[in-house]
Amino acid sequence: MKRELIKFMLFALCVLVAPLFFSGSYLMNVLVFVGIHTLLAVALNLLLGYAGQISLGHAAFFGLGAYGSGILTTTFSWNPWLAMVTVAVIVATMAFAIGFPILKLKGHYLAMATLGLGIIIFIVFNEWVDVTGGPSGFPGIPNLELGTLVFDSDLKNYYLVWSFVLGCVLLSVNLANSRIGRAFRAIHDAETAARVMGVNARLLKVQVFALSAMICAIAGSLYAHVMTFIAPPSFGFNISVELLTMVVIGGLGSIYGSFLGALLLTMLPEFLRFMHDYDIVFYGGLLMVMTIFMPGGLVRGIPELFRKLAGLKKGKGDAHA
Amino acid sequence: MKFRFKTLASAAALLLATVSTSFAAGTIKIGGLFAVTGPPAFLGEPERNTAKMVVDNINKAGGIKGQKVELVVYDTAGDATKAVQMATKLIKDDKVVAIIGPSTTGETMAVIPVVEKEKIPLISCAAGSKITDPVKPYVFKTAQNDSLAVTKIYEYLQQHKQNKVAILTVSDGFGASGREQLKALAGKHGMQIVVDDTYGPKDTDMTSQLTKIRGSQAQALIVWGTNPGPAVIAKNAKQLGLKMPLFMSHGVSSKKFISLAGDAAEGIKLPSGKVIVSDVLPKNDPQKSALLTYVKDYQSHYKVEGDHFGGHAWDGVMLVKTAIEKGGATPEGIRNALEGIKDFHGIGGTFNFSANDHAGLTKDAFIMVEIRNKDWVIAK
Repeated sequence: MKRELIKFMLFALCVLVAPLFFSGSYLMNVLVFVGIHTLLAVALNLLLGYAGQISLGHAAFFGLGAYGSGILTTTFSWNPWLAMVTVAVIVATMAFAIGFPILKLKGHYLAMATLGLGIIIFIVFNEWVDVTGGPSGFPGIPNLELGTLVFDSDLKNYYLVWSFVLGCVLLSVNLANSRIGRAFRAIHDAETAARVMGVNARLLKVQVFALSAMICAIAGSLYAHVMTFIAPPSFGFNISVELLTMVVIGGLGSIYGSFLGALLLTMLPEFLRFMHDYDIVFYGGLLMVMTIFMPGGLVRGIPELFRKLAGLKKGKGDAHA
Repeated sequence: MKFRFKTLASAAALLLATVSTSFAAGTIKIGGLFAVTGPPAFLGEPERNTAKMVVDNINKAGGIKGQKVELVVYDTAGDATKAVQMATKLIKDDKVVAIIGPSTTGETMAVIPVVEKEKIPLISCAAGSKITDPVKPYVFKTAQNDSLAVTKIYEYLQQHKQNKVAILTVSDGFGASGREQLKALAGKHGMQIVVDDTYGPKDTDMTSQLTKIRGSQAQALIVWGTNPGPAVIAKNAKQLGLKMPLFMSHGVSSKKFISLAGDAAEGIKLPSGKVIVSDVLPKNDPQKSALLTYVKDYQSHYKVEGDHFGGHAWDGVMLVKTAIEKGGATPEGIRNALEGIKDFHGIGGTFNFSANDHAGLTKDAFIMVEIRNKDWVIAK
């Protein structure tokens, strides 16, 4: 437990001081989106990495959060914070209701069902023109405010988004190490055995699905207020797949792994930009290499790599990595 | 471990930042945001090519008032989030004085809050009317408003005494905007929309919509979309033996459409920028010389015909050049000078900007063309 606390404090420290290096640069802006992606990846990891239930439709919950906040604050002039909470509760309730029939399915069938869910919600965003603005998008969403502080710059948004990320990470780490977290892992490894041991697998799966959807909705609300403009392509199938990639590349069943995955997948295209037209090829190749040689994800692969490198050099292990 | 990764990343970022800001002073930096990949690549690619070509030409001719111009282009892949990131990069890291693009209305709407806050003039290459309506101080655009294209079609129909139309629009940003304008302007021109249907951007068969339209009272069909959808509709309409005249939007005014639709393209009419009929325009057309230069340059550079999408970028770069000559190479100066530009004969039309009009074009920017023998002719 103490180690977990140290890890978290270190993570929080990194988050706090990062702006010292990037302030004033456009990377500040990219880091805001890294934060939003981290929220999404952590949410999906709770479901996929811990409870072992796949979802190919998580972008839909992200979108519901964004459109919910956008519509309530812009069309109906609600207070943004009230809207964010309301939307999160509605999305969680919805996911809870949908969860019962959907999470009865397993493996490919569950993937198909969540895929369908994602596509249906995307179509609603795209076609319900009177409410969502349709394909041309939804402009004019206000920035978040806290007293006299308006979150209208990259730096302010960075601290806004990352305080949510820190809260979410703390919650998730605690959850993962609790009795419930162990129950999730039991379901993941052997659902039948878990049920025999008295774990209410069905209810727990639906609960984690709802929690995961709620975090995505909050991320969506933040996204809407940061961007002040939203359009359907930001919540399509591609995004669901990207999230899945972040979780898998980062490391299944590791909260910090999700952060690494989100960081890598959001930043990498920026660093590869100097390769011009070949960046996509390199990006794809890198992802392939990583999945082949780091099957446990970055969070396990990098220490492994360091250990091997140190072993090659000095012939002895580097234990603290 | 986490820390190590982070330091590594920050070191790399710092390195990148120093490299990108160490370019020589004395050059004027202009940013370009084009969707070179992704679904709207058919817009972004000619736009990027054109912008590069025009900047090269300016530099060969000695630059702007003796200063060289550097164009920094980023690919947005048609994604709004990416467009915002890249716009921030252009402003914060590359320190550009003006931005040309993005290519689509959605991306432009997403970028507007950024440029308005940072006070950098943006010349969008997208068509949506809401980009400049209401007018925002730093946002201009070169693509013709959809309303102008709609007006052109409706006036043509009025001349030919037809007033019952069917509309078939694609369910993306371009189609949604077109549908809005088609419905809004119908009353003004005495048009009655008898069928209002849509199709998906990836649909491969529109027979069911066309069958419905065939059974209606419509005297003409107006299709609003970009390739390949309209080509599919043209083919389906031919197969079904649809008799009513077919009108398309300016979204398909490139040779690509004719090759996709083949024989089915014959007789289709559409409002288009003048670039595709530049060689048959009357001699007294004020745009003629600019159009001929552009077409010739593009052909010799890229071995393909220039289209009017690339023209939006041509107008963007040349407008910025004119503005810098008049108001100096600062964002504020460019903005003020842009607002005062009058009678600028570009590719998209003759621009007349003012404090209340940042789109600058009238319906004369469009001309009705018809497809005859796999080529464009001016429609009678």
